[in-house]
Amino acid sequence: MDIHEYQAKELFRNAGVPVPPGEVVTTPEEAEAAAASFGGQVVVKAQVHTGGRGKAGGVKLASSPEEARAHAEKILGMDIKGFTVEKVLVTPAEDIETEAYVGVLVDRSTQSPVFMVSPEGGVDIEEVAETNPEAIRKVAIDPRYGLLPHQAYAMAAFLYDEPSQVKQATKIIGQLHDAFTANACSLAEINPLIVTPAGEVKAIDAKVSIDESGLFRLPEVEAYRDLDSEPASETKAREAGLSFVKLDGNVGCCVNGAGLAMATMDLVKYYGGEPANFLDIGGSSNPDKVVAALEIITSDPSVEVILFNIFGGITRCDDVAKGIVEATKRIDIETPIFIRLTGTNETEALEILKEAGFSAYTSMDEVVETAVQHAAKA
Amino acid sequence: MSIFIDDTTRLVVQGITGRDGSFHTRQMAAYGTQVVAGVTPGKGGQTFELDDGSQVPIFDTVEDAVEETAANASVIYVPPAFAASAIMEAADAGIDFITAITEGVPVQDMARANAYVLDCGARLLGPNCPGLISPGKAKVGIIPAQITTPGPVGVISRSGTLTYEAVNQLTQAGIGQTTCVGIGGDPIIGTDFIDCLEAFQEDPDTEAIVMIGEIGGTDEQDAARWVNQHVDVPVIGFIAGQTAPPGRRMGHAGAIISGSAGTAEEKMKTFEENGIAVAKRPVDIRDLVKEALGV
Repeated sequence: MDIHEYQAKELFRNAGVPVPPGEVVTTPEEAEAAAASFGGQVVVKAQVHTGGRGKAGGVKLASSPEEARAHAEKILGMDIKGFTVEKVLVTPAEDIETEAYVGVLVDRSTQSPVFMVSPEGGVDIEEVAETNPEAIRKVAIDPRYGLLPHQAYAMAAFLYDEPSQVKQATKIIGQLHDAFTANACSLAEINPLIVTPAGEVKAIDAKVSIDESGLFRLPEVEAYRDLDSEPASETKAREAGLSFVKLDGNVGCCVNGAGLAMATMDLVKYYGGEPANFLDIGGSSNPDKVVAALEIITSDPSVEVILFNIFGGITRCDDVAKGIVEATKRIDIETPIFIRLTGTNETEALEILKEAGFSAYTSMDEVVETAVQHAAKA
Repeated sequence: MSIFIDDTTRLVVQGITGRDGSFHTRQMAAYGTQVVAGVTPGKGGQTFELDDGSQVPIFDTVEDAVEETAANASVIYVPPAFAASAIMEAADAGIDFITAITEGVPVQDMARANAYVLDCGARLLGPNCPGLISPGKAKVGIIPAQITTPGPVGVISRSGTLTYEAVNQLTQAGIGQTTCVGIGGDPIIGTDFIDCLEAFQEDPDTEAIVMIGEIGGTDEQDAARWVNQHVDVPVIGFIAGQTAPPGRRMGHAGAIISGSAGTAEEKMKTFEENGIAVAKRPVDIRDLVKEALGV
């Protein structure tokens, strides 16, 4: 789960990281008032779950409260890479001597948290990694011992020469690690970490992604979830315990298992169609889940056909068939449904579907090809 | 032969009295797996009845179970909050082979548990995996036994039902398997593709290997290069998620394309460059295996 910059800064502040104050507002008037309360120059920053906000015109410097208001007026409601800006962060502008990068993420290849630091901050770190890899230092953190003091010091010394700055950065790296572990982060990033003319080291931008699997222990972080930043269908799916991602095609897919769901989408494409979604109903054959899945799929007006692909292993095909029949009784569905069921209790399932007036396929290729052809005609 | 488990495996089930644990314990025992013990804290001293009426002793700790029954493998069906602890408990008790079925284990918990398992010299499979089956010998986990049959193909996969799809097609075509291993869909897992490839390469009965991967990470690419250097038998590969959009998690916690890394296209290309036959559709896996085996 991605969280907003202002939320990430809150987590960092709680861990002791020096972060300048800020106020999140939703109207130009509030932006003006916030700018007036801070005094001096402020930065107005769009709060959206995507990078490249600056390039898109979503980050602006204002010299007066009136200017802050004018910027907020333009930025609020702006579309940045498909995300509508609902909130802006107003924060005092800082004078910057140098910009560094400090980040920590869960690294798949070392199977541990890995810190990345670079004195070349304020830019895209992936770009630095490509053009100037020597400017990045990576340190894997042994999860048994956590970040060790000498590791934090070595990274800080890689960033700065001035002893006071090294000392401040050592502390900040430790605090960032604390925030990372306390909040089940998969990524926690300060970019840039600046040094002011007075020699103070501060975090002026923050990016955090949370491991969804860790959220059950962190209700206060779960509360950061921004429902405006995802389609309503995805919110509904999550509440129903379904794994769902909306896509742009017209073939609605309902599959058990994530791998098979992806393979089904790929096969839709193979036969010349476009999947409307990724949807994994999981191992459960609970009719409520099937109902929720069908409601979510049919609420997308671009869906022309619905495709079920169920491989009964532990999941029993007859349970899923009952779920489909039950669902079509509870909600009115006009979209044609193509069903493929195979595996455990397949015969019983086909019988149940036949009685309810559905026909079913047993081959994955056959059902996908047929559904795609039908969608193309619609 | 087979890899990791066979008819000498002595299994302890962690979470044997839970809904999933009890259901799958019966399935595993019915298949012929030696289920020698169960563990549920607070229920030590009770027994768990199998379908044939035999009783499996339940212990409070894995340590007790190992001491009393000489269990050498464990399978974990406990909720996500306790899974990492259960894994470390098994490793600490001297279990050699630990399979964690649980989905949704926090990633940082897993980083710690994985390091601990390595320190103990144990092997972990999973988490978030369907386990494995050596057809005709033993099954640990949740793979439906009826879709498998003994034979010469080793199967390794990050997915559950997609594996069933592929294995079922092999079985229906009369092509059996030495072992089918689901390594799991999480970003941090124990046994990976290369560990399985290594085991299959050493197994004289495995004449072809099927690798089913998906988007996210670079495990498949690393495995492809390993195949090129070390594997003598033909390898057939499939990657799910060719149509997945970047930056979105596709069900599995590990199935996410970050930047330009981890795409299906990149993985398929690396497969091809390293001599792995790439199946475009799941059904093509069967045909490529047939071709490789000359049947």
